[in-house]
Parts: sequence; structure tokens; C-alpha cells
Amino acid sequence: MTGVLLDARLAVRRGTFQLDVELRIGRGETVALLGPNGAGKTTALRALAGLTPLSADGRLLLDGRDLSRTPPEQRPIGVVFQDYLLFPHLSARDNVAFGPRRHGRDRKAAHAVADHWLDRVGLTEYARRKPRNLSGGQAQRVALARALAVDPTLLLLDEPLAALDARTRLETRGELRRHLSAHPGATLLVTHDPLDALVLADRLVIVEQGRVVQEGDAATITARPRTDYVARLVGLNLFRGHGDGHAVTVADGFTLTSTDTVHGDAFVAFPPSAVALHPHQPDGSPRNTWPAVLADVQHHGDNLRVRLDGPISVAADITPAAAAQLDLVPGRQLWVAVKATETRAYPDGSQ
Amino acid sequence: MKPGRVPVPLLVPAVLGLIFLILPLVGLLARTPWGSLLDRLTEPGVVAALRLSLLTSTLATVLCLVLGVPLAWLLARVEFPGRRLVRALITVPLVLPPVVGGIALLLALGRRGLVGQWLDSTFGITLPFTTAGVVIAESFVALPFLVIAVEGALRGADSRYEEAAATLGSGRWTTFTHVTLPLVAPGIAAGAVLCWARALGEFGATITFAGNYPGVTQTMPLAVYQTMESGDLEGAVVLSLILLVVSVAILAGLRDRWLTAP
Repeated sequence: MTGVLLDARLAVRRGTFQLDVELRIGRGETVALLGPNGAGKTTALRALAGLTPLSADGRLLLDGRDLSRTPPEQRPIGVVFQDYLLFPHLSARDNVAFGPRRHGRDRKAAHAVADHWLDRVGLTEYARRKPRNLSGGQAQRVALARALAVDPTLLLLDEPLAALDARTRLETRGELRRHLSAHPGATLLVTHDPLDALVLADRLVIVEQGRVVQEGDAATITARPRTDYVARLVGLNLFRGHGDGHAVTVADGFTLTSTDTVHGDAFVAFPPSAVALHPHQPDGSPRNTWPAVLADVQHHGDNLRVRLDGPISVAADITPAAAAQLDLVPGRQLWVAVKATETRAYPDGSQ
Repeated sequence: MKPGRVPVPLLVPAVLGLIFLILPLVGLLARTPWGSLLDRLTEPGVVAALRLSLLTSTLATVLCLVLGVPLAWLLARVEFPGRRLVRALITVPLVLPPVVGGIALLLALGRRGLVGQWLDSTFGITLPFTTAGVVIAESFVALPFLVIAVEGALRGADSRYEEAAATLGSGRWTTFTHVTLPLVAPGIAAGAVLCWARALGEFGATITFAGNYPGVTQTMPLAVYQTMESGDLEGAVVLSLILLVVSVAILAGLRDRWLTAP
């Protein structure tokens, strides 16, 4: 990463919704904008592309140029749309050649560029097909080729894999990763799928309700989530509280004990697999035990994920064998145990 | 649903409606003098009226396309104050009796009309009682059909394709010609056919604004009317049959080529 290529403050006001996201992306870097539905991810992407205007305090600098008020057709920004939006009346080749043609190349040169990109995505033999005769995965690759054919300084991808079935998704994800790492400009990927973000991006920016709530590399975010959404995303139970040594008070008078030491505002996190369930109050080593009521049971891979209400709400992963001994019906009284060694406590840096 | 399971309260009116539409055509065919048909077809007056009808309705359709497609685009894609009023104004010629339309055209474009006076004194152009006047009258009546059909097609088309074109460096005009137009081509074709059929059948506005001069402004519907008035029922039947055959043939031909979804 050699310096910042994109430096933006994406401020958009739309009725009661307000987006305000600071974003910096380096040359050759891929950043994933991750967040729940309605967080403002797509609005951020549209603002970057120029399809939604920035409000007065917004700013968009790309490679030193101020593009804040530049119309979309004059921005060196390529977009792969969620449902691709390939022009239905044009062949795959003419779809890819569309951008180069608009950038002043003659028909022959534009077709040469299109052929080159279709070859890069492995679709040379499909060049003459119309979009309706392409599979989902092929259409996705044509859309990527079309966006890259204008050599964009910034490449934007809106949920690029969301429209694909599970199997195609797996193949396309790997291939997309290869193309993104070859892209010399900056790349922003908008997704709600943490796996896409983890596989494709160098850095994650997490938005909720129009604001950045956390950013960093995958390791940091998965180890130290800062909101419920992020915690659920990475599969952790997360509680915000007040630390005093090994004890963190997370609810009214309810304390979790950790082997980590924290003081002041802090988080405590532990995976659902660290939560044990007992029919009666357990004795012995676990430092954290409390009575709880079973709220819900769902399949989760080979295990069952159990939601429990009590002084705090937690998720527990248990094996079907353990479940058989516990008689898991909603409303059942259980005891929850979490070992202090399996919890992580860390300061709330945002304070 | 199988035909046998259609409820009677729906089936009876439907069949009656069908008969109501078809019966007059059957009447026309039943009274056609098939023996002398060929002779009457080649009468110079008939050929001239038919040629004039096809020429003027085609020119009117071209004029409607040139003016109507941009107008439909404006209504569908640009938000401007008074858009609803404009849309309402466009539908006025639809409900206006064509004769009234013809009088209105005379008052606007006639020799002493609002704009016609100026056209006459400045350019020496007179529209009423000319072939050009026929085209004007037909366009006035047919334009709303085209605008409404094309605006509907534009609203139905996904405008995000136009956004995708913009991100690829396409300006608004190029996007219109290279993306929007091809996307709504079937809708424009449907609108043009509707527009052409309306222009071909136009009577009231034409006879009021352009008059009824054989070879100059006497189109087929006017010829049918005049023949009928002069007591020649058989002649009127022959002319009607020609108009019917020509319009059905062209509509059928266009339907196969243009009006099926791509």
C-alpha cells in the first residue's frame, strides 16, 4: 500500500436517514464495507459512483482530484452492480466494449479491449451471447470485465456474489479474489456476508445506521468485536460493561469474571461453544454460573444453537448428545456455566 | 382454467361482446359486390385516396415519433414543476371530439389563426386544405396514443441500466440513444402502430381542418363518407373493405415483426 488513493467523507441525507462515513483506501487495497441491511452500504457506494449526491459537508478525493460534484460519467470509477445490470440488448462483448467506446475508442479498439477482458475472465467463447443466455456466474464475470475495461481508479462492487447459488458462489469468490488482487487501483466491496468480506478484503469497515462502528483487519475484528452486530457476525457473545480487575459488571449487578484484566469501560466476549448448560446448579471450577430460561433452539452446523434469557442473553452451542440429556423445550430452567479462561475482556477504546 | 369451467355470468357477456365486434365486419363482407370488385379497385379515385391515406398516416407517425418520444422521455425521466398538468394536457386530444380538434387547429394554424397568420405572412406557408394539413390533423389526434404508450414503456424499463451506463462514462444523450431507446424499442413500436392506425382512420379533424379535395386531402375515410353520401352504397362498401384489408394486413405484419417481446 503506497499512500492513500481514495479519501472520502460520504455524507448523505435522505429524509430521516443520515449517512456519514469516512473512508480511506490505498492503492491496490481492497476494503469491505460490511453491515446489516439498511445500514447505508449501498447509499455509500452510490455516493462514491455519483449516483446519489453528497451533501455539502461530504468530500470525495480520488488520486488527488476532487470529485465531490463530478457527474458519474466523468468519474474514473467502475461499478459491478448487485444484479449486474448487463445491457440485455447487447452481447457480452458489446457490453464490455460499451465503456471503452464511451471513452473515445473506435469500434475496433473497443472490441479489442473487450476481447482482452473476456479472455481474462475466461469467457472468450461466450463473447457473442446475450446476457439472458449466460449463467449467473458468467454474467457476474462479464459485469466485472465491463467495470474493469475502463481502467477505473476505484472499483466498486455491490454484493457481487449475493445473486449466485452456493456452489457457484464458492468458485466465483476465489476467482474474484484473484482479479481484485490484480487490480492496481483501489477496491471497495459492499457486502453483508462476512465470509465474502474476510476472503476478498484486506481491511473491513463496519457500518451500522449510517456510521462506522469498527474498522480494522479481519483478525482484530474477529477477536475484539465492538457491537452486537459484529459479535454475531463473528459468532461471539458480547457484553459491554464496567471492568474492575478480573470482574466486569455487564448488567445491573451481574458480573462476569475473566482471566484478562481490565479497568473502566470494557467488553467481555466468549464463543457460544464456551457456554455449558446444566440441569442443576454446577459446582467446581467455572467462575461464571447463573440460572437461565431457554428461549429458542436452532440447528447450527452439526450442533444446536440455544438462546437463553436470564440476567444476560447468551447463545450456546451444544452437541445433539448433550441436548438429548437436557430436554430442550422453550421455557425450561437451566444453569449456564462459562469458564473464566474462555472469556476475553478488553477495554472499550471508543470512550 | 379449462373453457368448460368459465362462470356463465362471465362467459355470456364475453361472447356477446365478441359477436358485437365481429357482426358489422360480417355485414360488410356479406354486402361486398365480389363480381365487380376488381374493376372498382382500380378506379383512379380509389387508388389516389388509398395512396394519400397511406402517405399521410405514415408521415403523421414519423412526426409523432420525432416529437412524441422525447416528450414521453421528459415526462418519464425528468421531474419538473407542472409535470402532472402537462400529462393531463396531453390526454385532452384523446377525449376531444376530432371535429372540435379540427376547429381548434383552424383557429391556431388557419390562415387567420394564432400562429397560422404569422406562418402565412412570414414564410408564405398555408396549412389548411393541403396535404400537409392532413398530416397535421392526423398527428394532432394520434400523438397522445404514442406519448402514453412510450411513457408507459419508459416507466416500466429499469432506469438503473441508465445509471450503469453513466458509470461506464456515457453522457445522458448517448445513454438515451444506446441504452434507453433499445430497451424500450418494443414499447415504441407498439405506440407507433397504435398511432398509425389512429391516423389512418382519422376523419373529423381532417375534414374540418384540411377539407375534402380528391387527390389532395381526400383520404380513404373521407372517400368512404362522400361515396356513401352520393348514394353509392356499393362503392362505399368496396372502399371500406379496402381500408379494412390494408389496416389488418399491416397490423398483422408488424405484430409478427415488432410487437412480440424480444
